[in-house]
Amino acid sequence: MAIDSRCLGRWAPVLLAAALAAGAGSVHAAQGAAYGSNWRHWQAHATVTDLHSLQRGARDYVGYCLGCHSLRYERWSRLGRDLKIPKGVLVQSLIPPGQKPADYIISPMPKQEAAKWFGKAPPDLSLIARYKGTNYLYRYLKTFYVDSGRATGTNNLAYPNVAMPDVVSPLEGLKVAVYRTVRERGGAGKIITRRVFDHFRRVASGRMTPQQYDRFVHDTVNFLDYVGDPQRAERHRLGVWVILFLLAFTWLAWLLKREYWKDVR
Amino acid sequence: MAATDPARQPAAEPASAKKKGLWAWINERLPVDEFFRHELTEYYAPKNFNFWYFFGSLALLVLVMQILTGIFLTMYYHPSATGAYASVQFIMREVSWGWLIRYMHSTGASFFFIVVYLHMFRGLLYGSYRRPRELLWIVGMLVYLALMAEAFMGYVLPWGNMSFWGAQVIVNLFGTIPVIGSGLVQWIRGDYGISGATLNRLFALHVAAVPIVLLGLVALHLVALHRVGSNNPDGIEIKDHPGPDGKPLDGIQFHPYYTVKDIMGVGAFFILFSLVVFYFPTFHGLFLEPANFTPANHLSTPPDIHPVWYFTPFYAILRAIPNKGMGALTLLMALVSLLLLPWLDRSPVKSIRYKGWISRLALAVFVVSFIGLGYLGMQPVKPLYVILSRIFAAGYFSFFWLMPLYSRIDPVKPVPERVVYHGH
Repeated sequence: MAIDSRCLGRWAPVLLAAALAAGAGSVHAAQGAAYGSNWRHWQAHATVTDLHSLQRGARDYVGYCLGCHSLRYERWSRLGRDLKIPKGVLVQSLIPPGQKPADYIISPMPKQEAAKWFGKAPPDLSLIARYKGTNYLYRYLKTFYVDSGRATGTNNLAYPNVAMPDVVSPLEGLKVAVYRTVRERGGAGKIITRRVFDHFRRVASGRMTPQQYDRFVHDTVNFLDYVGDPQRAERHRLGVWVILFLLAFTWLAWLLKREYWKDVR
Repeated sequence: MAATDPARQPAAEPASAKKKGLWAWINERLPVDEFFRHELTEYYAPKNFNFWYFFGSLALLVLVMQILTGIFLTMYYHPSATGAYASVQFIMREVSWGWLIRYMHSTGASFFFIVVYLHMFRGLLYGSYRRPRELLWIVGMLVYLALMAEAFMGYVLPWGNMSFWGAQVIVNLFGTIPVIGSGLVQWIRGDYGISGATLNRLFALHVAAVPIVLLGLVALHLVALHRVGSNNPDGIEIKDHPGPDGKPLDGIQFHPYYTVKDIMGVGAFFILFSLVVFYFPTFHGLFLEPANFTPANHLSTPPDIHPVWYFTPFYAILRAIPNKGMGALTLLMALVSLLLLPWLDRSPVKSIRYKGWISRLALAVFVVSFIGLGYLGMQPVKPLYVILSRIFAAGYFSFFWLMPLYSRIDPVKPVPERVVYHGH
């Protein structure tokens, strides 16, 4: 834990700035003006040391994601141990009936059926945060929009033409994409007009306020970040001691070397 | 022992004194003492080694570390298309200390190349490839080639998507060989595409065949080194200035002087190594790439396929040539040029300390080109990058192929009689 507090101390100004920026973003979102115009720059600000966020993330994952997406390399028992979830709570509220704490976190959805329903089986998300990055996940979960041209009725900016339906709309509400037309000089001096995404317009609100939804996404991404690299906290804690030992070792080795090399002229 | 053998040095004594009977018995049958005397306590190395001379012993250290961590990984790894990816996750998450062993091995691969590149650069700086060390250099280059093969095969084993597509690109390079190319590629893969059969044979080569070759070559490298003795930053032969006892005046015993110095280097190395292992094991996607955190999938090509950073200079050279066959040939030439270095350098001096501005400039061009190519090899193909790759490739090759010319006309400085060393 030593490194965490030290790092926090050192990064405090940055974190503060980030928190302010995130806050400003939410306020901006709440006002709804040109919401999403800068979606490519949204940051997840994942903080795997925030245990409460991880616990909420686990709860939300089980509630909204596990129906389709497994975490096949993570066991329930490890989840409970790492996130300090009491065993009673784990068994009663998180683990689906019929599964044991020692089992891997597997979705009840049959894979082949799912592939038929969605055109593609929902992927396992154990390593999605390491594969795509937390910022991508954050942007993905916040850029669904209504698109009548798609079979699912929705589309996504971060993952265009994604097979997954917008299952988070009951929470977030619905938004449509507003486009603007840009004129560009293409090859051979031709003027090309292109429709590019400008911003989102909210057309229906969900069960959550924008701030609540933002926290929901943050927690979920945080949780997936943990699942992708569950031993990270342990690694960071141990690393300090290993490096302190090596510093002492190298210092002694240097003293020894200096002593021996006194005779070399 | 000293009583029976007056030539024996006191330095070899203390350890053996206690077990006199047994030790003498062993030494009559196996030259243990003789080996330690010849290779360590009475092996004389120049006293003026600097920072650049840490990397030889560090390369040996990383080799040992890779073999040890590799043995433990083999205990849990499943070499099959269906089991490989999951078994790596099992090692990372469920095997006690599995994550540490695996990160040491994956970080070790990158550190191996960092250390070896610095070791080779030292050779360029001080002319360590010059007579009488030509064979030492060539064996070292063979170690480097074996290491490249070993690293490539190891990269395929986790069977992530980048493993799969990287294997596709590299194995297909053999397809550019005229006539036998396509048959050869199929023979290497053991299948019509990269498959479980390919994975299994790469595993066999990675854990058995190539390590044996690597160890043999490293042993040869050390034998050749101890035959001719180390070069040094002044590029002066210490054997040319023996003292009255026949030992080089500017030489000191490898043990204890360089063993204690190298132990310090090992400590410093492990500090940097641990920083990466514990805090940046993926090194922002350079050591472990994001696209390898998803299983191999022959239907989904990663948006941008490129090899790991240590191959990218050569990959950039390959891509800089529009024709694939010519590209592969140029890549081969890039490696052969390194091999021929001992005969390209015609300078009357060895070390950069006494070479003139032309050689210094050429070396700087080489370093900038190599790093530039390394960067460009990781970037997507864009017209500007292709042009830059060609410029850097020209810089890379001109360092070697213009060397017979510029090394001769280079205004060199006078070389001192004895090595420059300032005692502490």
